[in-house]
Amino acid sequence: MKVLMFGWEFPPHISGGLGTACYGLTKGLSKIDDLDIVFVVPKAYGDEDQSKMQLVGANSTHIKQVQEHIRLFKSKHTYLEVESELIPYNDPDEYYTFRDSELYDNKKLFKVNKEGKLEFSGKYGANLIEEIYKYAYVASTVSMDNEHDVIHAHDWLCYPAGIAAKEVSGKPLVVHVHATDFDRSGGSVNPKVFEIEKKGMDAADKIIAVSNLTRNIVIEKYGQNPDKVETVYNAVEPVTIEQKKAIKKGVTEKVVTFLGRITMQKGPEYFVEAANEVLKRTDNVRFVMAGSGDMLEKMVARAAQLGIADRFHFTGFLKGDDVFKMFEMSDVYVMPSVSEPFGISPLEAMQSNVPVIISKQSGVSEILTHAVKVDYWDIDALADAIYGIIKYDSLSGIFKEKGKEEVDNLKWTNAAIHVHQVYNSAINTFL
Amino acid sequence: MKSICLYFQVHQPLRLRRYRFFDIGNDHYYYDDFTNESIMQKIVKECYLPANEILLKQIKANHNQFKVTFSITGVVLDQFEQYAPEVIDSFKQLADTGCVEFLAETYSHSLAALKDQDEFKAQVKAHSKRIKQLFGQKPKVFRNTELIYSDEIGKNVASMGYKGMLTEGAKHILGWKSTNYLYCNAINPKLKLLMRNYTLSDDIAFRFSEQGWNEWPLTTEKFVSWMNKMDEKEEIINIFMDYETIGEHQKKESGIFDFLDNLPAAVLNTKNYKFTTPSEAIKEYQPIAVAHVPNTISWADEERDLSAWLGNSLQDEAFTKLNALRDDVLAINDKHINKDWNYLQSSDHFYYMCTKFFSDGDVHSYFNPYNSPYDAFINFMNVLSDFKIRVDKLKDAKESQSVQDELIKKDDLIEQYKKEINKLKKQIVQE
Repeated sequence: MKVLMFGWEFPPHISGGLGTACYGLTKGLSKIDDLDIVFVVPKAYGDEDQSKMQLVGANSTHIKQVQEHIRLFKSKHTYLEVESELIPYNDPDEYYTFRDSELYDNKKLFKVNKEGKLEFSGKYGANLIEEIYKYAYVASTVSMDNEHDVIHAHDWLCYPAGIAAKEVSGKPLVVHVHATDFDRSGGSVNPKVFEIEKKGMDAADKIIAVSNLTRNIVIEKYGQNPDKVETVYNAVEPVTIEQKKAIKKGVTEKVVTFLGRITMQKGPEYFVEAANEVLKRTDNVRFVMAGSGDMLEKMVARAAQLGIADRFHFTGFLKGDDVFKMFEMSDVYVMPSVSEPFGISPLEAMQSNVPVIISKQSGVSEILTHAVKVDYWDIDALADAIYGIIKYDSLSGIFKEKGKEEVDNLKWTNAAIHVHQVYNSAINTFL
Repeated sequence: MKSICLYFQVHQPLRLRRYRFFDIGNDHYYYDDFTNESIMQKIVKECYLPANEILLKQIKANHNQFKVTFSITGVVLDQFEQYAPEVIDSFKQLADTGCVEFLAETYSHSLAALKDQDEFKAQVKAHSKRIKQLFGQKPKVFRNTELIYSDEIGKNVASMGYKGMLTEGAKHILGWKSTNYLYCNAINPKLKLLMRNYTLSDDIAFRFSEQGWNEWPLTTEKFVSWMNKMDEKEEIINIFMDYETIGEHQKKESGIFDFLDNLPAAVLNTKNYKFTTPSEAIKEYQPIAVAHVPNTISWADEERDLSAWLGNSLQDEAFTKLNALRDDVLAINDKHINKDWNYLQSSDHFYYMCTKFFSDGDVHSYFNPYNSPYDAFINFMNVLSDFKIRVDKLKDAKESQSVQDELIKKDDLIEQYKKEINKLKKQIVQE
């Protein structure tokens, strides 16, 4: 079986969980016999791990078609021509330079460089819509050049590419919903994004959702047939032993960590308030909010206002090793997300032997047993859980031990087998 | 004959390095040596050395009729010592002419006057000691950080034995009254006040190179003609500004050095004016009225108040948390701790946390190492956390040491009593 897979990012060039999930899944799929993957991203940097599949950068694809073809393509995909300032996942570093006024204008043709290739930034910043559009266009070329049996598109940015590929090759399309705009926006969806998402799901032969939470949203909010939608949980890459360097923890207090984009979706304010409650009862604790986002400044001001800033630290956006270092220093990991389709980071924390507290409004809470689950808005319960874990060693000990065991059993190979089944059923229903 | 008092403030902040959460407890060095040195070298070259040279030349050329006053913070002296000792030598040369007065202030350009009287006194004492040691003068007149002043502060300064103090001739304090007289403190009239003439001072400090200003270009003739327009009875014009105005805020190309070079002769040629220092002025003139300053003023920004340093929740939190450590710092009395304690007191750290960017943003962003006030706050609080860890550790060590000493003393005492008892027993037996 040959799979043509469209993603938006790939390690090491990632800004969020999507790239990590794509990498893990392709690695898992590569263990299945008779399954080859061509993975397409808007921009290939060349230093990606390609041992498990072939990585195609849309930026290195030759454009053979004549301009007529482009016009035809455009007339077919008019819904892509949206003019708006979109915020998909905000790349924290680019957050402040997000807006770009000249998104579209009346450009009828794309600029092609000397070698006949389109240029891509591969980021989530400005010109996003143009990038999606260009990407979809290149997808049709890729689809022609690479023989395949099934098309797999990750998240809304790639749905148009998936549709375009399907129209060229006529093969079944599987879309993978890692998040919906309902999660990102807290309910007030961007109608343009919603439209792209809906068209993608409508055109799909099978839909993979990362949790039942997401599956329900797909069914209820996007009006999809429940039979078409399958839940496949994410997993986590096992940590190799060499990564476990000794990290020197400079502080003697317990460290409670929040790690993620500091946006409404992740519920940072509940973490701050809970920290305040905990600090009223014990001194022996420090809180760390790692990450960046549009609510960072508000959180800093709130911590100062509560007078807990000497015990509540901010690290800014963490990359690579620093994330690992942060986990190594942590005694509790908290993910109070308001709406989280899945949430891989608690799994990473558990791998590092860190007890986790997660919100019931997260997809990952459906599969974890050895984690504290609270409603994101229940500050008292959250504070209570934090206090318990940092205060009672027996409790944290059991979470560490059982949690590690649990997370080590979540393997991408299992997820891959499940995805493989979805491919088969897509091909079968399609025939 | 009227007097003109020319006073320059010399200060450079000791900037903190990017101090991350991971450094807390592990790394106890807080300063950005590279930035501090390179900025220092730049200003030394563009301002301190050439300006000192002109002043020295003019003092000699005008047969000691030209007089200047300086206030140099301990923080900048420490940096001179480390990065540009030649600047200290050049100030020493100025001191040797006998025409230069050095004022007292807090060692670290701090806000201690607002918080703790004992700390305030200690910092001023440390600064005076340093000035005496370097320039052979014991300061007699006081200038507080950023000319911060209130009736209460004035009273405290008077009680420390100072006869005069400099402050801002703030419009909302003086109202219709002129800055060009001596005033006195409202609680202790023995303390005389020199009020900054903000119009003439800012003509040089802020407007000198502003080509949109209708008086541009400002020549010494024009400046002297304004001085001559003063009311007959007025006695003293106080021109107070940052020394960095010469060559740094106002670049060499603006002609600021020529202005400085020509000013002494132009003023002295009028025969109406002589140069004076604050100490001479308070001997020569009598206060014309009491200055009522119930609420604290400063020379900063449009508001002439404290809002550049304190008032928002970030600044208040940082300031309170820092000052809460004072008792412990005193008890430990450790060389390194004292040094860092002093440097952390510096008002600059709080200045960077100011959020009222709109009206005075230019001045606030000058040499500001941070992207935002939030960034400044996060960094300072991380440093403060590490500092507190060190303080606590040393305090514990000290306490356990004193308990040890106590125990040893007790043991000795018991031993002594035992001997006595034995002796007495023997006596009884003998009897």
